[in-house]
Formats: sequence, C-alpha cells, structure tokens
Amino acid sequence: MLTYIIRRLVLLVPLLLAISFVIFLIIQMPAGDYVSTYVEELRVSGVEVTPDQIDNLKRRYGLEKPIYTQYATWMKNMILDGDFGRSFRWNKPVRDILLERVPLTIVVSLASTAFVFLLAIPIGIYSATHKYSPLDYLATFIGFIGLSVPGFLLALILVWVMYITFDVNMSGLFSREYVDAPWSIARVLDMLKRIWFPMIIIGMSGTAGLIRVMRANLLDELQKQYVITARAKGLPERQLLFRYPVRMALNPIVSTIGWILPAIVGGEVLVSIVLNLPTTGPVLLEAVQSQDMYLAGSITLFLSILTVIGTLVGDLLLAWLDPRIRFGKAGE
Amino acid sequence: MTTEIQTKRTEMAVEERERYYQAGQWQLVWWRFKKHVLATIGLGILILLYLVALLAEFVAPYRVGTRFEGYGDAPPTSVHIMANGELTGPFVYGTTRKLDMKTFKTNYVQDTSKRIPIRLFSRGEPYQLLGILSTDIHLFTTAGNTPVLLFGADRLGRDILSRTIYGSRISLSIGFVGVAISFVLGLVIGGISGYFGGLADLIIQRIIEFILALPAIPLWMALSAALPREWSVIKTYFFITIILSLIAWTTLAREVRGKLLALREEDFVVAARLAGANWPRIMRVHLFPSFTSHLIVTITLAIPGMILAETALSFIGLGLQAPAVSWGVLLQDAQNIATVAQRPWQLIPAIFVIVTVLMFNFLGDGLRDAADPYSV
Repeated sequence: MLTYIIRRLVLLVPLLLAISFVIFLIIQMPAGDYVSTYVEELRVSGVEVTPDQIDNLKRRYGLEKPIYTQYATWMKNMILDGDFGRSFRWNKPVRDILLERVPLTIVVSLASTAFVFLLAIPIGIYSATHKYSPLDYLATFIGFIGLSVPGFLLALILVWVMYITFDVNMSGLFSREYVDAPWSIARVLDMLKRIWFPMIIIGMSGTAGLIRVMRANLLDELQKQYVITARAKGLPERQLLFRYPVRMALNPIVSTIGWILPAIVGGEVLVSIVLNLPTTGPVLLEAVQSQDMYLAGSITLFLSILTVIGTLVGDLLLAWLDPRIRFGKAGE
Repeated sequence: MTTEIQTKRTEMAVEERERYYQAGQWQLVWWRFKKHVLATIGLGILILLYLVALLAEFVAPYRVGTRFEGYGDAPPTSVHIMANGELTGPFVYGTTRKLDMKTFKTNYVQDTSKRIPIRLFSRGEPYQLLGILSTDIHLFTTAGNTPVLLFGADRLGRDILSRTIYGSRISLSIGFVGVAISFVLGLVIGGISGYFGGLADLIIQRIIEFILALPAIPLWMALSAALPREWSVIKTYFFITIILSLIAWTTLAREVRGKLLALREEDFVVAARLAGANWPRIMRVHLFPSFTSHLIVTITLAIPGMILAETALSFIGLGLQAPAVSWGVLLQDAQNIATVAQRPWQLIPAIFVIVTVLMFNFLGDGLRDAADPYSV
C-alpha cells in the first residue's frame, strides 16, 4: 500500500508541472497583456500614456522577457518563496487574494461533494431495492432534472423563488453584518446558515449522476448468485443487503470521484459567480477578462490541483477498499 | 370455431416472428426505440424545436432587432379570449405606461377600452424564408402598432419571444457543430489508440487522462477570454465550438478505443488483414460500421453538454457577444437578483435550455436501450 501511495505521489509531480505549463500558455495566449489593457483603460478615461511609461510598466512586471523565462520565474518564485506573482488589478500579491478566497472555495467544494455522496448513495440503494416503485420513479425524474439543469441556471431560478416566496436574498455566503467582519464563532454560524444553499445547487448534477450509477450497480449485484444463496440460507434481508451487495456496488462509486470532482469544482466557479460567493470563481472571471494573468493562472492552477488531488484521494480510497487494484497495479 | 381462431393466432405469431427475423438492424433499432415513450417524446419535441429554429423568420412575430419605443422592460402581454363574458378570437388590450411616483418604477397598465385582435398568418415585417422566398407572412402578429410580447420585452423594448426563437439557431446548432468536430478528433485519435495499441495507445491515453483531470470550466473561461472582442460573430462562434471540442473529444476517443480493442482480434478483422486491406480501410469498412449505433448514442449524449457549455460561457460574458443572439446571451440580462426579482420573464430562455437538454437526455437514453437490438 505504501509503495502504491508513493508511486502515485511521484507521478503527480510531472502531471502538476504539465498542468501549470499548459495553463501558463493559455493565460499568455491573448494578444496583448495586462499593460496594454491597463493603458487602454487609462486612454478611455482620458489619461495619455507615453511609450516610455509603457516600457517602464512592462519592465516592472517582467513582461518584456520571453514566455519560458516568465514561466520559469513564476514557477521558481512559487515553489521557493510561495510567491505567486502580483495581481495587477487588485494591486496586491496573488498569495493574499488566494489566502482570502481559497479556504472558502475548499469548504464549499468539500461540502458539495459530501452532499453528493451522502444523498446519492441512500437514494440509489432505495431505488434499486424498490425498483419501479413511485419513489424510484421520483428519484429517476429528479435525476433527469439534475442532469439537465446546470448549476448556474438552478442558482438563478432558486434565488428568484426564495426571493418571491420568503423575501430573502440568498446570494453571498454571509449576512450583511458579517460580510466584512473578522472570523468569529458567530460568523461561522452565519455561514453555516447559508452554505447549504450553494451546496445543494452545486451538488445537484453530481447527485443525479451518482444515483443512476449506484442504482445500476446495485441492481447488477442483486442478481448475482451469492445473493440468492445468502437469501436461501435465511440471512435477514437488511443484513444481507448491507453486508455484501451494497459494499460491492460502492467500489465503482468511489472511482466516480474522478469525474465528479472536476464537475463540482467547475460548477462551483459558475454558481459562485451567480451567487456572488466570496470564493475564487468571481475573482477568476474578473481576472481572465482583464488579463490579470498571474491571478488567473494561479487560480486555475489551484482549481486543477484541487481536482487532481481529489482524484488521487479517490484512487487511494479505492485501492484501500479493493485489494485487487492494489495488487494488480503492483504486479504490472 | 376456437381452433380457427387459434390457427389464425399462430399464423400471425409466425408472421410476426418472420418479420422480426427478416428485419435489418436499423429496423430493429427503430422498433425498439418506439417502445421508449420518453425518448419518442424527446425526439418529437427536438424536431419541433429545430423546425422552429429553421423557420425562425416565419414563427417569430418580429425581427431580432426590432425595438418598440416605450416598451422597455414591458412584462409579457396577456392574451384574452373572453370579452364581456363572450368567447371571441384571441386579442390583447392596449397598454399605457405609468410612472409610479413613489418608487419611480414604470408600470404598464392595460387599457381595456382598446382591443387589438391577434391575427394568424398575417402580414408583418418582410423577410426571406430559408434565404430564397421573399414574403411578409408571420405565424401571428397584431394589427396596428401595439405589439404582442408573449415573453415580455428586454431593456431596449425588443420582443423576448422573437429573440429566443432567433437565439435557438446558435444555441441548437452549436451542439451539432461542436460534436462534429469532437467526433472527427475522437474517431481518429481513439481509432489510432485502439487499433495500434502499444506506445501510441499509452501516449494518447495519458493525454486523455491529463485533459480529463482538468476542471473544464476554468479552462474554457481562460481560453474564451483569449478570443479578441472585435472578431465577427461567425468567427467567435467557430472558435467557441473548437474550444468546447478540445475537451469533449476525449470521451468519444475512449469509447472508440474500448470498442476497437474488443473488436480488433475478431476473425473478420484478421481475415481482412490477410486479404491485404490496409488499416484505414479495415477501420472504415469493417470496424466503424460495427459500432455505429453506439457512436450515435455517445454523440446524442454529448450534444446537451455542448449546449450547456455555450450557454454558461455566453451567460458570464465570455462566449458570444451582444449583436449575436443565443440563449446564453439573452440570459445575460438576468444576471443579478434585482433584475430577476423585478423582471422574472427574462428567465424564460432558461426554460428553453432546460427543455432542450432534457429532451436530448431522454432521446439518448432511449437510443442507448435501442442501440443493441439483439440484447434482451
């Protein structure tokens, strides 16, 4: 198990490097750079900028050097000093913005993931054991809706519904009096009062997909002969269900983390823009629009790392649950 | 008597069975598909939606940019069929604008003294149907200059129904164009990976895993932000589909590879190879046709993802831009809670997105069940 973990961790390094390089290239791709955007903004507001000043600005941000040098500097500073570069737009280190936004992004994403699994597995089990019952049809129906209504539209619609029925504004993660308040127990409680809303919205499509997977897996297991044998032996139905088929059906569920996490992280970005959550989503949108490249690059990198690590955790969990994977991989 | 009926029954059953044995694969697929009620409904509604998109000029009462002075943010016009307790043809009342002096909100008040009938197949703005037929007949319009705004109007007084109908052209076609691009990519790359195996397979699989590990939405955001704003609508449209296809091809490639890995050891492939067929021919003539039905299912299920992605990108302002009309562009107006609370009708394009995607999912589900007609 330990060698398996170490192997996977070592493999992670080139993957992350490749991701960071691709992201850097994408961020660099647009014609012009932040300085040209900035100069354009100044022009529009009536301030003339001389070519000298532009050169100065470029030199200050290191934008006149070739791309690979910029990338090397960015990576070196990031790894050695934890310095992610400077956000031109916010005029402060990217690290400060990340420190402010990243923890809440992780909290919201983890809460949504937990919601997906905690809700989908019991519903999937119920649907499979009560095949074609009214509640099974209801679950299938909700599943289809969840697959078809993307998070950001669901957010828009639910915000409107909450507003006209309860007259509350559900956007944001804190009530008005806590938005700028320092962290305190009261602030955490206030957040808990609101976090369920984005959690449900972001988790909806994942839940829908997972219910279908869980139902199909369990239905496959329930037809197998060992279940019939156990039932013939007189094992109580509940014990039989949870001791064998459910555990077998859970294995593929664990491996779905690989596609559920990217979906949740991506969905979180869109939903947080609609709901104006204090997470990385709205900042990322603003950053890509204004070519604030170090900020945009760092956030995209962080979101990618979040999914890659989440997938790794899923794989490790699966290896721990299922010895066939552990030994199969080691024997290769 | 009874024996007569029985022989007739067995005869019919034999006929039925014979029909089954003689039917081709596609016939069987169609029979099976028809049994899936939701999928047939899905297919019907989708055909309807695409027809409306094709005949947008005729179905939409107004042109995409027609502005009605004095109807900015007007709520949906209510259509009446009862007047003074009597059933009449559908008509709308005239409206007058009133400014609420307390809230400074413009209210639209119905003027019940003026009745304006809605006419079917009546004359309106001239247009060219399908680019050839010059006409001015619309499905419905009103006489005079009181417009009928079934979905309300946007800030500039443009009819949201007409805009939604025109917007369906981009929103509904982007799925097909995007899937076509990813289909070619997936088929070629997945084909190479599955047919040759070995090093090529290893490299391609690592690349696919790499792409799948990335969260798609932030990448799409970064990529589409890179498109210059001054590009024409067509150019932006084309590049947005390419961006969406960059990630979507991976699922198709995996599907193709899996099928090829299973099929390439089959006798008929070996026979073809021994007969001297080269590999593009083996793939094209012998391998791909054997899993076309599965490819169709995968494609059907990939289209809604594309539609949603375009809507999402346009909605946050990174996809198509203002002169272009798509459902996502229309939803830009409904971005904050203040507008949604006061003008909920601006959410109506969202219903179209949801219905389309839902119907594609139904259709894909039915096709998946029908794709393998010999299974039980």
